[in-house]
Amino acid sequence: MSATAPAPTDPTAAAVAGVPEGDSVADHVRAWWTGVRGGDFGSLPIVVGLVIIAVIFQTQNSNFLTAGNFVNLVVQAAAITTIAMGIVFVLLLGEIDLSVGFVSGVGGVIAALLTLQGGAWEWAGFPAIVVALLAGLAIGTLHGLLITKLGIPSFVVTLAGLLAWNGAVLLLIGSRGTVVIQSKLIVNLANGFISEGVAWLLLVACVVIYAGGLLWQRMQRRKADLPSDPPAVLAARVALIAIIGAVVIYVMNKDRGVPYILIVLAVLYIAWTHVLTRTTFGRHVYAVGGNKEAARRAGINVDRIYIACFAICSMMATFGGVVLASRLSSVDTGAGGGTILLYSIAAAVIGGTSLFGGRGNIKSAVLGALVIASIDNGLGLLGLSSGTKFVITGLVLLAAVTVDSLSRRGLESSGRG
Amino acid sequence: MSSTETGRPSGRPDPVLELRDVSKSFGAVQALFEVDFSVSHGEVVALVGDNGAGKSTLIKCIAGIYPIDGGEVLFEGKPVHIGGPKSAAALGIEVVYQDLALADNLDVVQNMFLGREETTGVLHTLNETDMEKRASETLASLSVTTIRSVRQLVASLSGGQRQSVAVAKAVMWNSKVVILDEPTAALGVAQTRQVLDLVKRLRDQGLAVVLVSHNLHDVFEVADTITVIRLGQNVARFARGQVTQTQVVEAITAGKLAKVPGQEEVPA
Repeated sequence: MSATAPAPTDPTAAAVAGVPEGDSVADHVRAWWTGVRGGDFGSLPIVVGLVIIAVIFQTQNSNFLTAGNFVNLVVQAAAITTIAMGIVFVLLLGEIDLSVGFVSGVGGVIAALLTLQGGAWEWAGFPAIVVALLAGLAIGTLHGLLITKLGIPSFVVTLAGLLAWNGAVLLLIGSRGTVVIQSKLIVNLANGFISEGVAWLLLVACVVIYAGGLLWQRMQRRKADLPSDPPAVLAARVALIAIIGAVVIYVMNKDRGVPYILIVLAVLYIAWTHVLTRTTFGRHVYAVGGNKEAARRAGINVDRIYIACFAICSMMATFGGVVLASRLSSVDTGAGGGTILLYSIAAAVIGGTSLFGGRGNIKSAVLGALVIASIDNGLGLLGLSSGTKFVITGLVLLAAVTVDSLSRRGLESSGRG
Repeated sequence: MSSTETGRPSGRPDPVLELRDVSKSFGAVQALFEVDFSVSHGEVVALVGDNGAGKSTLIKCIAGIYPIDGGEVLFEGKPVHIGGPKSAAALGIEVVYQDLALADNLDVVQNMFLGREETTGVLHTLNETDMEKRASETLASLSVTTIRSVRQLVASLSGGQRQSVAVAKAVMWNSKVVILDEPTAALGVAQTRQVLDLVKRLRDQGLAVVLVSHNLHDVFEVADTITVIRLGQNVARFARGQVTQTQVVEAITAGKLAKVPGQEEVPA
């Protein structure tokens, strides 16, 4: 899970003595490598994949690795990333949600119609988004109730949802055909940029908070006489975040700047990662996905976890719909259709979230969406047809699932599956 | 109803947990019929019986997984209603299931605190430091030394290690009654040894231990009292020193029943 962590080996840090120091840096690297060989690939395959993709497209078309295209790429990936983050919750349970595409459509259409000038409501952008999110929450809760209380498989419930919410999109749009988004706030979500100074300030704040958190954690562990990671490993983690952030901001500022949506995505990423890894709820999600019966016997309300996860999934889908509507500045009768559903699920899976439940994280949604958007964007630059795009994306998905299978087999044979 | 009530061991203290005339049926199948059962502090009671005798049903009733249809449950002398796994846990009854009920994708600490995570601060974030410390201490108090790191995934543990984790999970909560369902069923010789030693340690710590097992060798090694059920009914209760394995086997396979299935009247 922490493939981003392998630190550059620093032999001096390994010698720090005193309170139980846990593993030295060398031990860390060795443990990580043993993990990789044993099938615990973490984010390694996807990072390698992204590099390969970048190299291939850059050699074919020199526009791929430009600041302008990078900003485009992030904005294009935003909606899928958002939806995929929600999908992760459902996949962690070992379930599936096939309705996210059109649920996202519902979200986009609601936001568009509520803010329509001269329409029946003329709401401001923010409350309209809130209503869209609440609609998503309600839809997901409905799915969850049907799955848990009536015992219908999630596949069937959300397949029905796929049809029904498609219908809802058509009914909501009615005879309007295409609705142009008129709320400035909603349009700016994907088309607005923050100033250079603010972007750097945010990065500094993030890095400081992250470093502070790690340090505090380390102090707590040392106080409790528990093994803690050596400072060099922590420093490497902080440095990695700082460097990635700095490169992203620097490159984006060479073009239009950092889009608002990137900040929103970062907030969502941090918030949901916190929920999954640092809260009781998140722990229970993993437990239910890993062993439903064990979770039930531990007194966990499995039904409630299910309903909550489906609610989160649909809510993130509606927000993804708003993001997509924002990027296109309009919604039409096709909202939520096309590749959205499959790209979103594929993003989470390509990123390393297992379809079998219990394994995965929010990071996988981000990395997977980045891969899919890169392929989409790159093939677009090359002027290839949709047909080629789909075939290639399909092959990448297949490769990702193969890696997942191999990883499971490796984990089983090394007794860690 | 018991044909061979061989008498309780002398000076046996009042039971912590006592079941009186407990019945349970699933549709037309009478899984338990007026079963009596009891266990005291510092006592290991073995619950034995053939496959389908109702051992698992009985412990699931005690654990609050199945509601009972009739009879009463007394905890420390007072009648109690066990409405679910949480209320059983609140009383201090912990069950270690045959299939262990551990989540493979979580680590040792996460499993030991599953459903009872400790949180800290206004945001109620998980208090990992505290949980890890307590988990290590509990394992140490049970002399479980084979687990290298409490942060390794349960998937990577051996059968005996898993059993140890499951038992440690059960005793961590000031529990008074620990029920072990077939703890040695899938284990090798050395690992069985580990688990039986663990059972003795639990008894020495004053816990009431219920051991469900097929393996009479294990039962005779650790149990103080042996309760036999057959076809959902009590057939015998022996004190260990006063009985041979043959007698127990006889009770398991041919113990006298108060009610013969198929011959009772159809209930109204």
